[in-house]
Amino acid sequence: MKNKLTGLVWTALLALVYAAVRFLEGRGVLLPYHVQILSLCCINIILVVSLNLINGFTGQFSIGHAGFFAIGAYLSAYLTVKLQVPFLAAVLCGALLAGVSGVAVGLPALRLRGDYLAIATLGFGEIIRVIILNTDAVGGARGFSGIPKYTTFGLAYLIAIITVVAIHNFVSSDFGRACLAVREDEIAAESLGVNSTYFKVLAFALGASFAGAAGALFSHYLQYMAPTASQIGFLKSIDILIMLVLGGLGSLTGSVIAAIVLTILPEFLRGFAEYRMVIYPLLLIAVMIYRPAGLMAGRELSLSSLLALGKGARTHGQHS
Amino acid sequence: MAWQVAALQQLLNGLALGSVYALIALGYTMVYGIIKLINFAHGEMYMLGAYFGFYAITMFKLSLFPAMLVSMVAAAVVGVLLERIAYRPLRNSPRISVLITAIGASLLFQSTAQLVFGAAFKPFPQAMPFRRIQLGPVFITNRQLLIFGVSVVLMVALHLLVTYTKFGKAMRAVARDKEAALLMGINVDRIISITFALGSALAATAGILVGMYYNRIDPYMGTMPGLKAFVAAVLGGIGIVPGAVVGGLLMGVAENLVVTLGSSTLRDAVAFAVLIVVLLVRPNGLLGKKGMEKV
Repeated sequence: MKNKLTGLVWTALLALVYAAVRFLEGRGVLLPYHVQILSLCCINIILVVSLNLINGFTGQFSIGHAGFFAIGAYLSAYLTVKLQVPFLAAVLCGALLAGVSGVAVGLPALRLRGDYLAIATLGFGEIIRVIILNTDAVGGARGFSGIPKYTTFGLAYLIAIITVVAIHNFVSSDFGRACLAVREDEIAAESLGVNSTYFKVLAFALGASFAGAAGALFSHYLQYMAPTASQIGFLKSIDILIMLVLGGLGSLTGSVIAAIVLTILPEFLRGFAEYRMVIYPLLLIAVMIYRPAGLMAGRELSLSSLLALGKGARTHGQHS
Repeated sequence: MAWQVAALQQLLNGLALGSVYALIALGYTMVYGIIKLINFAHGEMYMLGAYFGFYAITMFKLSLFPAMLVSMVAAAVVGVLLERIAYRPLRNSPRISVLITAIGASLLFQSTAQLVFGAAFKPFPQAMPFRRIQLGPVFITNRQLLIFGVSVVLMVALHLLVTYTKFGKAMRAVARDKEAALLMGINVDRIISITFALGSALAATAGILVGMYYNRIDPYMGTMPGLKAFVAAVLGGIGIVPGAVVGGLLMGVAENLVVTLGSSTLRDAVAFAVLIVVLLVRPNGLLGKKGMEKV
């Protein structure tokens, strides 16, 4: 009963947010530029939440998330531009290929632990970037331009919600508990019959496919992809990681909040753009030293009273 | 006949580049051996070293070797401060926290360097007239000779330091068992500080050498060589000093051979492909064996 109520409250809230954005957009309060930023927020939410599944809930350490993002972005763009595939199908294909690559990379790489895994995923991300750089069909070093603008705020919003709900449900399922067990103590989990490799690869592939979907949304949002470090390479992965860490590993609401704040904030700080990359790393180091679990410290919605999200949301917080 | 000459030439160029990787890899491997941390900011020591050298030569009109010395000392100070401020408070935290901090530190150095030194690249002053020396069918430049000379001297010095001095013994002890070393009266904090200083100084030298070699420096120059040197360290067996040298040289040669064989844009992928293969086939590295002494 409580669960149903929570679900209803959430659905109502999310619908309300969407209606509010549309209303304000219609009134001219939100300019197209603002709605663009909101779409970008949704794309980043997908990226951060999906990385959270891998790094936060399963306890692995991937810094190659941009690689999967790039696969989704380029494959979907290729499909819509060159083969006139419908956009949604292209998004699905992008997600699928990213997921399959997740399995392909995960199976060997996830045998490694901690810092080795980090470097291996980083290497994988760079290899993807170099392959794209050398593939003429997707523009090579010149970049891929002329991608139609299919990503709307509504679609990005919807897919972001699907991602958060799917990962939330996954984490609360038996599969998710197995992943948590692997994170807490891999040897103990193994001794209790949890096939740790299976769950690590599962989480990795699932996270990768959502990142692929985010990539597909992104390429049809920006309409141009460049194989640079900041767009699909190392720096992009680090950007996602910063959002994840600041929000808190293992906290979905933390990821969502951090993704929104860190997407919108730079827009306000345009004048200080060159200081952004000084402040972010400082923040990252300070968080690691003083609050290593991130702002949300693995909890969900502990800010609910502050945000006055209502009683429904609070009970939801206790559930997870 | 032509391709053999080309291959030989690339082998020579590869060895020069490889010595630079080896110098950087030594810092990675020493720090990893002693506190089990991949110091992501290590590539930035190399970048800072190049800039320190640049200013020592252009502003203070020093000649090459004094400038190198100044840059080594300055980078050593930065390395020690980095460890004090960012890594030491996290010594007993999960390794992931330290790794994230290291990534943060790396970004911080890059963006600060961009603010202070400017984002555009600077031409590195040529403190030495360029000369080409013909060796039969191939040639070697005096800058490459400089790279070989300086790296060999530094590597031998490091080897002697680690193997024969009291400090080296203490360092090996800390690498093997920190607690036991502490009980034996070794000042572990000091050893770690000195290790960071040594590693940063070596990276700074590599920065200057590359600045001279490619004739340009920029705030992001540390990222790729840093990552590749790390791969070199893993290839040779991380934590093992001679391994870093072997790994570095192999990496440099492999990269240059790929450039000869085909696309030069693929060269960056080589390093990571090597890494993934090594981790899968021989995760302890070429020289790594179980129970082998680690430094």
